[in-house]
Amino acid sequence: MTFKLAASPHSHQRRTTQQVMRWVYMALIPGLLALIYFFGWGVIWQLGLAIITAWVAEAACMSLRGRPIGFAWRDHTALVTAILLAISIPGLAPWWLIVIGTAFAVIVVKHVYGGVGQNIFNPAMAGYVLLLISFPVQMTSWPLPQQISQFELSFLDSASVIFTGFTPAGYNLEQLRMGADGLTMATPLDSLRTALNHQLTVGEALQQPIFGELAGLGWQWVNLAFLLGGLVLLKQRIISWHIPGGMLLGLMIPATLAWLFAPDQTVSPLMHLLSGATMLGAFFIATDPVTAATSNRGRFYFGALIGFIVFAIRTWGGYPDAVAFAVLLANMTVPVIDKYTQPVAYGHGGRS
Amino acid sequence: MSYKEISWNGLWENNPALVQLLGLCPLLAVTATVTNALGLGLATLLVLVGSNITVSLVREWVPKEIRIPVFVMVIATFVTVIQLLMNAYVYGLYQSLGIFIPLIVTNCAIIGRAEAFASKNPWRRAAFDGLMMGVGFTLVLIVLGGIREVIGNGTLFDGADLLLGDWAAALRIEIFSVDYPLLLAILPPGAFIAMGFIIAGKNWIDHYREQREAKPVKEVTRARVTSQ
Repeated sequence: MTFKLAASPHSHQRRTTQQVMRWVYMALIPGLLALIYFFGWGVIWQLGLAIITAWVAEAACMSLRGRPIGFAWRDHTALVTAILLAISIPGLAPWWLIVIGTAFAVIVVKHVYGGVGQNIFNPAMAGYVLLLISFPVQMTSWPLPQQISQFELSFLDSASVIFTGFTPAGYNLEQLRMGADGLTMATPLDSLRTALNHQLTVGEALQQPIFGELAGLGWQWVNLAFLLGGLVLLKQRIISWHIPGGMLLGLMIPATLAWLFAPDQTVSPLMHLLSGATMLGAFFIATDPVTAATSNRGRFYFGALIGFIVFAIRTWGGYPDAVAFAVLLANMTVPVIDKYTQPVAYGHGGRS
Repeated sequence: MSYKEISWNGLWENNPALVQLLGLCPLLAVTATVTNALGLGLATLLVLVGSNITVSLVREWVPKEIRIPVFVMVIATFVTVIQLLMNAYVYGLYQSLGIFIPLIVTNCAIIGRAEAFASKNPWRRAAFDGLMMGVGFTLVLIVLGGIREVIGNGTLFDGADLLLGDWAAALRIEIFSVDYPLLLAILPPGAFIAMGFIIAGKNWIDHYREQREAKPVKEVTRARVTSQ
């Protein structure tokens, strides 16, 4: 019997990056199905565009850097970046939006910093923020949930809207977003925010048809589907509970306090949890192992910080949702969090 | 230091914006268009030449202990002169640059040159150093402004008539026109990203030149020491 000498780490999961990434995008499938069911086929076209752009951009960067292209394609990280960005943007957004966003995410945010494992910022969210501050109109034109929309778009109709701006019948995106009363409607968080700014109470604001029983028609189920996928990742030990748990607590605690004090002027905690990008952010975006903190305690603080920033921006900030900004801001604090949460090595003091 | 060295230093080797990374606040804030960049660059250039000459002339009489306040006063005087001149002759540009004209006083590139060069050299050299540093700074401003204007607006020399008079309106070049410009390039984050790429480009050129200079590898010829 021979004893092999091997360098540390001595205990590890036998999973390659590709396998981890495959679990991540498999776990996104329930959320993706919910998105298609409520918001139409557009997201499939966005996914296709994003994946093609990511592959081309990755190949271009790798060949410029003189590295093997196939190696980068096989680790599937660009694929996950592309998928996360594609499901974060409105399904019927024009085609160039996702192309610019994905190319920026892969080229500038990932490869300029040195490629996979070296980036400081979450590529998908940096791409999202680029798009949000450059093209605010397109980035906030979410289609209506199909259940209250007057139009039913087929698979090819949505392609026509994405590539030309019009359906074959000649309707543009603005007309498609009109409800039965002829008014365009924003996302639940956006509408609620506008209503609160117009001195309405939450109870009055919730009369609009866009709010379903819990937290917005369609959105609640999309969020629950992402929660389901996230729980699968937890079960598979792809992610630990610290980041999602921290983020949901960091969002829940201030939201509950504010709601208890002024239930008529603040968004309810349930709505915070099940609307916007909360679940997608908590389980799939904030948990990016490269840009998150390292130790478990650090990860919990990192998640809690994201949750609190999301609450702060949703409540007092200029944007209706804030997961992308919160993740980028928390990414910047990671070196500080890592410095103060470094675990004490065995035998080196600490609390006795 | 010869005049040739001074110019090489100012324009490339020790460029205030690319290497010393001084004066980044106006550099990043006003370079949304080439016109603004050129206007601020020229203003900085004039202040730099004026302050370098004055500091060099009075350097024998200024006690070491209070030199910094004296330099700041000299620079502030020139900035006030430039500001009043711009207010009088290029009012449109004066308005679009706004607070960044008085803020030239705080531009570290200027006090840096006063301290590092003008206070130790005769006035002719100091003036030439100020000119070259100013030109180097202005060139970087123009490149950065050009990149941001093309990406963010699809034009070049938009509003040049504000700086150069009415004839310059013909300079405006429309490269492409889009319904929705990439706002990020015009906003401050775009300035940081573009600046990063420019510095990377400079480093790449330096690296390339070094490699080319180091090319002639010594041919090792072995002398045969054993007989066959």
